Amino acid sequence: MVEWTDKERSTVSAIWEKIDIDVIGPEALARVLIVYPWTERYFGTFGDIFSATAVLGNAKVAAHGKVVLKALDSAVKNMDNIKATYADLSRLHYEKLSVDPDNFKLLADCITIAVACKLKSALNPQAQATWQKFLSVVVDAMSSQYF
Amino acid sequence: MSLTQKDKAAVKALWAKISKSADAIGSDALSRMLTVYPQTKTYFSHWPDMSPGSAPVKAHGKKVMGGINLAVSKIDDLTNGLLELSEQHAFQLRVDPTNFKILSHCVLVVVSSMFPNDFTPEAHVAFDKFLTAVALALSEKYR
Repeated sequence: MVEWTDKERSTVSAIWEKIDIDVIGPEALARVLIVYPWTERYFGTFGDIFSATAVLGNAKVAAHGKVVLKALDSAVKNMDNIKATYADLSRLHYEKLSVDPDNFKLLADCITIAVACKLKSALNPQAQATWQKFLSVVVDAMSSQYF
Repeated sequence: MSLTQKDKAAVKALWAKISKSADAIGSDALSRMLTVYPQTKTYFSHWPDMSPGSAPVKAHGKKVMGGINLAVSKIDDLTNGLLELSEQHAFQLRVDPTNFKILSHCVLVVVSSMFPNDFTPEAHVAFDKFLTAVALALSEKYR
């Protein structure tokens, strides 16, 4: 079981409150596709995602970015039960989408960077530590139903 | 995943914008590394103070960014350009190479927070590739 101190809980909520899902979601997903281009393999139906300009202007990428970040809300609201909360999504990513679980970490890193761009020095070292702990629990939960 | 001419240009362009703040970037990145990845503290047990922004952390952050500055100037041949540093890391410091990735990530987070408008996705991919190449050059002499 993951243990959270009161300070960690309030840090995660405080960060989440400052994030605009409609901005950070698209930005994080765009960074994943641009910085780690092999992830393009999962988005065959999105049209042109083969250059930074194309990715940044792609409506499907933006829409999907919002979907992904919205799903993080479940973790923020259920910090004591993240593994169970993501069991179905994990199964979906394994069985239907066949996503290599290493990619979850890449997305987590891009979310952190997008958050850092927005929050700047408000994401101080301790806040970053807590935020990354939170995301690593989500990443583990997303990998939990794989083989 | 070697650096293209486009990558090198992007790295130099970003560096031109951020290098004035190199000392602050180094100190912040190192502070974050020690806080977010406490296992890295094992390399600095000889410091009287490992807390974020402390004197040893600031001084060491400056040193590390000096290395990055050198790497930017030797971007066309990192292996040879960083030979001395590689020998130092391999034979004296013996830092486990996984930590290069950890510190690189912290540098990226700091650059994002200090220069959000300059750290575009294009700058991000080029700089990430660059730091990966630097890590590879630093590990050159390990075995």
